[in-house]
Amino acid sequence: MKGQKEPVLAVKELCVSFTMYDRGLNRREFEMVHQLSLTVNAGEIVAVAGSSGSGKSLLAHGILGILPENAKVTGTMEFCGRRLEEASLKKLRGREIAFIPQSVKYLDPLMKVGRQVIGPCSRAEKKERQEKLKQVFARYQLEESVANLYPYQLSGGMARRVLISGAVMKPAKLIVADEPTPGLQESLARETLCNFRELAQEGCGVLLITHDIDLALQMADRIAIFYDGKILETVPAAAFSGDGRAFLRALPQNEFAAEQKFPGAGNTEGFRQRII
Amino acid sequence: MKKIMLTALRMLTLLTAISILSFLMMAKAPIDPLTAYIGTNSTISEDAREEIAEYWGLNDPPLERFMTWAGNTLRGEFGRSIVYKQPVLTVIKERFRYSLALMLIAWLSSGILGFVLGIGAAVCKDSILDRGIRTVCLVFQSAPTFWVGLIMLSVFAVNLGWFPIGLAAPMGKMASEVTLAERIYHLILPSITLSILGIGKITLYTRQKLLEILDSEFMLYARARGENTWQMVKSHGIRNIAIPAITVQFASFSELFGGIALAETVFSYPGIGSAVTAAGLGGDVPLLLGIAIFSAVFVFTGNLIANILYGMVDPRIREGFSHE
Repeated sequence: MKGQKEPVLAVKELCVSFTMYDRGLNRREFEMVHQLSLTVNAGEIVAVAGSSGSGKSLLAHGILGILPENAKVTGTMEFCGRRLEEASLKKLRGREIAFIPQSVKYLDPLMKVGRQVIGPCSRAEKKERQEKLKQVFARYQLEESVANLYPYQLSGGMARRVLISGAVMKPAKLIVADEPTPGLQESLARETLCNFRELAQEGCGVLLITHDIDLALQMADRIAIFYDGKILETVPAAAFSGDGRAFLRALPQNEFAAEQKFPGAGNTEGFRQRII
Repeated sequence: MKKIMLTALRMLTLLTAISILSFLMMAKAPIDPLTAYIGTNSTISEDAREEIAEYWGLNDPPLERFMTWAGNTLRGEFGRSIVYKQPVLTVIKERFRYSLALMLIAWLSSGILGFVLGIGAAVCKDSILDRGIRTVCLVFQSAPTFWVGLIMLSVFAVNLGWFPIGLAAPMGKMASEVTLAERIYHLILPSITLSILGIGKITLYTRQKLLEILDSEFMLYARARGENTWQMVKSHGIRNIAIPAITVQFASFSELFGGIALAETVFSYPGIGSAVTAAGLGGDVPLLLGIAIFSAVFVFTGNLIANILYGMVDPRIREGFSHE
C-alpha cells in the first residue's frame, strides 16, 4: 500500500444530524452519524459495510457536501491535506472527487446519457470532452451509440458502466461509490468491482459503500464496519480470512447467528458481539 | 391511427352533448326569442306574432326544433344573430379575430412570465422573493377577473389616464384608419387583466414541479458532479418541467375562454366574450348556441394539443414506456 503520503481522504469525528419537527412545533435534532473517523489512501479501496438504512449514504453525501439543507455537519474532513469546506468542495466535486451513484435513477430521464456523462461545459471544451467520452466508453466496452440512448433504454450492466464512465471523465483522486452492486448479477457485480480495482491501481482512492460484505471482502483492502451511525472497527480485508471468517456467519445472507436474539434492525448486532 | 379515431369520436360525442345541453338550456330559459326579436314595446298585433312564431317553428315540440336546428348547423348554417343582425358565423369570425389577439397575448405572457417566476421562486425557495411571488400568485388566483379589470380601469385609465378606457380602437375613427400601434395600445389593459387570471396557476405549478425535480436523485447526482444550481436548473430542471408546464398552459384554454367573457365586457372590447354577454342579455339564441359550439371546439383543441405535445416530447411516452 502506498500509505506513506497523506491520505486522500481523512475524515475526523464527523457527525451528521438533522433538524426535524415532530408533533407540532417540537424541534428535535437527530444525530445520524456519530463521531465517525475514516481514512482512504491513494491506491486503496476502503469498503464501508453496514446494513441498509444505517446511514451509510449520509457518509457519502457528507463527504461530497450534498446533504439536504436541514442537515448539520460537524467534524473535519481533509482531502489530500486540504480542509474540505463548502467553497472548496464546490470546486472539487465532479473534478477531483467523483461520485458513482446507486442506480440509473440518478440520471436525468429526459437527457441522453452521453450528454450527462459529458456534463455541462463550454463550447470550447466540448470537442475535447467528446473525445474523452469516446475513450472512456471504449475502455468500458460501451458502444458509441450508447451515448444517444436515454437512461431508461440502458440495461443494468450498461447503466453501471455509464455511471462509472461519468466518474472517470476527469482524473479524480477520490471516487465515492454508493452501493454500486445491488441488484446486479454476480458476474456484473464482480466486473464492476474489478473496474474499481483498476482505478485504484491507477492511484485513485476508492471509498466503496456497500451492504454486500462478500464482495467487499473480495475487493477491498480495508473494511470499515458501519453500524448505527458509527464505525465499529476498521480492519484489513485479510483479517477476515481464516479464523476471521467466523464473522461471516453473522451476516444476513448466511443466516446470521444472532438472528434470534436480535430481531428487527439488529442484523449487524452480530458483528458487535464478536468485535467487542 | 386508432388513437386519432378515438379522439375524433370523443370530439363528436362532446359536441353532440354540448349542443343538446345548450339547446335545452336555451329552450327552458325565460327568454322569448320572439320578444327579443321584435322588441318589448313593439306595436305588432297578436296575429302577426303568432304568424312569425309559426313561421319560426316556435310552437313545435323541442325535439323537432332541435332536429331542425342541428340539421341546419350540420350544413354550416348557424342562423342569424338577432343582436348584430348578421349571420352568426360572420359575427363569430369577426369578433374572434379580436379575441384571438387578446387571448394569445394573455396566454403567452402569462405562460412565459409564470414559468420564469415559478423557476425563480423554486430556486430561491423560502426566501423573500419566493414568499413574495407566492403571495402575489395566491392573490391573483383568488381575485375575480372582472374586479381586477375594474381596478385596472380605474387606476390606469381613469386616474392616471395612461390607457384608453375601452374598445379596441379610438372612437370615431374608420376601421381602415386604425393603426397597429393603436390596436396594441388598446390591447394592453385587457390583456394584462386576462394574464393575471392565468399567471398564478402556472407559476405555482412550475414552482412545485421544479421543487420536486430539484429534490430528485438525478439532481443530487448532478450536484455531486460539480454542477451549480443554475447549471442544474438550466440543463435538467427546465427540461423536466417544460412539458408538464406547457401541458397545463394548454389545458387552461377553458379558463381563458371564461376569462374573456368578463374581461371584454369590462373593457367593452369587441371580442367573442362581449358578444356572449350581449347575446345573453338580448336573448340572441342562435349566436349563443354558435359560440357555445365554437368555444367547445376551441377548448377541445387546446386539450388535444396538450396531449399530443406530451407524447411527442417525452421519449418515454413516445415509445409507449410507462413511468410514474
